Amino acid sequence: MSNIKKFFVDRESLAPALVTLFAAIFSLLAGVVLIFIVSKDPVQSTKNFLLAPFLRSYNLYYLLIVMVPITFTGLALCVVYQLRYMSLIVDASLYTGAVVATAIGTLVSLPAGIHPAVAMIASGIVGGLIGLLPAILKIRWRANELVSSLMLNYVFYFLGSFVILYYLRDRSQTILSSMPFKQTFLLPRLIPNTQLHAGFLIAAGFVVLVSIFLYRTRWGYEIRITGANPRFAMYAGIPVTSVILYAHFISGFLGGVGGAVEMSGLYRSFIWQMDPSYAWDGVIVAMLARRNPKFVPLSAAFFAYLRVGADFMSRRGDVAFEFITLLQGMIILILASDKIVNYFKERQLRKQILKNQGGVR
Amino acid sequence: MHTLIRTEKLSKIYPNGTFANKSIEFTVLEGEIHGLVGENGAGKSTLMKMLYGEEQPSAGQILIDEKPVSLASEFDAIKAGIGMVHQHFMLVPSLTAAENLVLGKEPKHPKSRTFDFETAARVTEELSKQYNLPVIAKARVADLSVSMRQKLEILKALYRGARILILDEPTAVLTPQETEELFVELKALRNHGKTIIFISHKLKEIFQLCDRVTVMRDGRMIATHKVAEIDIHQISNEMVGREVRFEVAHPPFAPGAKALEVRDLAFVDDFGIAKLKKVSFALRQNEILGVVGVDGNGQTELVEIITGAQRALAGTVRANGAEITNRSPGYIRHHGIAHIAEDRMTVGTALPASIEQNILADRYWDRKFSSATGFLKSREMSAYADTLVKEFDIRCKSAKQPVASLSGGNMQKVVVAREFTASASILIISQPTRGVDIGAIEYIHSKIMEMRGAAKAILLVSSDLQEVMALSDSLIVMHEGEIVAYFPSAASVTDKELGLYMLGIKRQSDDEIRKVLHE
Repeated sequence: MSNIKKFFVDRESLAPALVTLFAAIFSLLAGVVLIFIVSKDPVQSTKNFLLAPFLRSYNLYYLLIVMVPITFTGLALCVVYQLRYMSLIVDASLYTGAVVATAIGTLVSLPAGIHPAVAMIASGIVGGLIGLLPAILKIRWRANELVSSLMLNYVFYFLGSFVILYYLRDRSQTILSSMPFKQTFLLPRLIPNTQLHAGFLIAAGFVVLVSIFLYRTRWGYEIRITGANPRFAMYAGIPVTSVILYAHFISGFLGGVGGAVEMSGLYRSFIWQMDPSYAWDGVIVAMLARRNPKFVPLSAAFFAYLRVGADFMSRRGDVAFEFITLLQGMIILILASDKIVNYFKERQLRKQILKNQGGVR
Repeated sequence: MHTLIRTEKLSKIYPNGTFANKSIEFTVLEGEIHGLVGENGAGKSTLMKMLYGEEQPSAGQILIDEKPVSLASEFDAIKAGIGMVHQHFMLVPSLTAAENLVLGKEPKHPKSRTFDFETAARVTEELSKQYNLPVIAKARVADLSVSMRQKLEILKALYRGARILILDEPTAVLTPQETEELFVELKALRNHGKTIIFISHKLKEIFQLCDRVTVMRDGRMIATHKVAEIDIHQISNEMVGREVRFEVAHPPFAPGAKALEVRDLAFVDDFGIAKLKKVSFALRQNEILGVVGVDGNGQTELVEIITGAQRALAGTVRANGAEITNRSPGYIRHHGIAHIAEDRMTVGTALPASIEQNILADRYWDRKFSSATGFLKSREMSAYADTLVKEFDIRCKSAKQPVASLSGGNMQKVVVAREFTASASILIISQPTRGVDIGAIEYIHSKIMEMRGAAKAILLVSSDLQEVMALSDSLIVMHEGEIVAYFPSAASVTDKELGLYMLGIKRQSDDEIRKVLHE
């Protein structure tokens, strides 16, 4: 029991953990209230929303598949959030990673097993280099990394679409699609006749790797100290500039691998008609995980649960799928408002201090 | 004179637990220049932020003209007649002085109802003449001098109808000549019936300018005096909070070889003020060389350049023979320099990180704490941190708790524990006991003497004159970016005499000063 407790609140105060829990529960409750307001058959809709993964086995596998890309972006954002950087460039890293993987999956011939691995490494490196851009702009010209990364996301989205459209497109298809991937490129399915693919295990492996990296290695230590106080890190002799650079490379690398895993695991060809924007989902996942990679699977599962529930409910009833964006917004608002935590902390402190110093002038 | 501002039991606790103001009873009379002094972190800024509506009190209230007011924002403060001139000016550089002055309250052209620049310029010139604060109305702020920007800030507050002006360390950015000019202008404003609150930690200025002075220390209001009825020593004692001379056992002084050598160091800050002008000295093993001077005379910049936080314009720094000028802090640490930073809250520690992380931040890469492959040896790290916590008597529940949760004294002990075990041969120590309780002060002093015994070369910078005199073997005095005196024996000089050098009244001959190079 104490081990379980240690796992969850280890070295951190209880307050943020409680706020996180509150955000999750509150969003679910708010969802139910919304359903009761808009639905003609609220009981059935609520049941579909909350119990979707348990009503159909298809939904359960769907949930696990949804978790894969947002686990990658969630991990990527954990790394930059540890630095207290706000770069969202992982979106471009993932999309471009998927394009690079498509090129390797369609144009290159390699043996099975090695083929997707090569694609993941190549996508990871390209994603990592893209991840560096906002950091370089910030270090060199003090450009705000949030703004520059959002802008660059468009640049790389259109660049990627251009490559698919002009070099990799399957002209025999009426919809936009790349040529089909070679058989050697495809990841095996974990359970036959479902879409659950080996990418799920790869994502799980990266959760372990990133946790170890951030909390058990020198480089993770440097990232955490630099995030806690960059001036202190500089003063203590930590090479702050290179810390910022490799953290962003790793973040982008995770995005790139995520893109390659999606391609080789879930798809038979590149068929994204628009940017899937997994970075935004990653923001919520990383925030719910309080930028600690070991909580990413949990928060990704919760997020996927909301999404699968909303999807199932919208197909079976009269509540639109977009209702999930309301819940996401609420989660972000609650998590982002430090003031809620501060309010409780301050109130408690004030009581304590004013009581203790009652006699002092 | 009637009471213009009064605070009743005003307290402020920040969400991070800092108890910045404790039951402050602060009174300002109409038509006076009221000085507010205290060391960094004494709570001056917090008090002023509450008066200007930028922060909300946790308890207590503010009265203006003996009527309780609620100042929820800057707008309320301006409405109540309070204006503030921040240390960092709140001006738009690309707009003209006149446009900045009227910003938010612009005159409209009678016909077109659009912004009337000519009227704005005329208003600016009139106001400038009326209060004798010269600014160029039609010049862009980016082209104005720092002192003129400051005058524009004052005019801006007056334009908005301020009766009370709060000036937050206005002289920090000015040259001595500009400072004198400002003082004349502020006195004229007082004669116009304005009330001025003047924040400073330069006591000399308080005596030149103010009618009354309030001293703050450690979040409390210590006392308010009429300036005419008090001397500089009493105020400085009240600021620091102790009158007792430090009793430190001094073993005989036997300096060793030269460890740190600084030559012709020059530095100019962002405002174009020369903060260091050809500073040269040498520091030897077994020596504590004290740096004496009124705050802001180049001591901070000197330390920052030696430790790599700032780049010198010219000059060289050598540590144990190796050139370290303008190298990174990491490089400099590798060459045997440890550093207690003057501001432990923003530089010396990472507040949200644990005691353990703070202690290991300069040696986590050592093979003792991380393997050749880069994995941290967490067991060794915590064992090591626990040993230092015990050895340096850091009062905490565990080495895993964040540094932010410690008291000032224990926070400083974390810094001391790291720097004094850094296996460096040179220690640069800045303000080692600022804002620290008496118990911790004695402890830190005994540790510094221990380091001297261990053949370290120590440069000690402190604005606490008593402290420098008690600990140092020899002294240099800094004034306006220059070394103006060198005393080979700290014991043979009095604080009165040092004071004359600190204020720039006396200055040794160049030959006497050059002796500090030990050539």
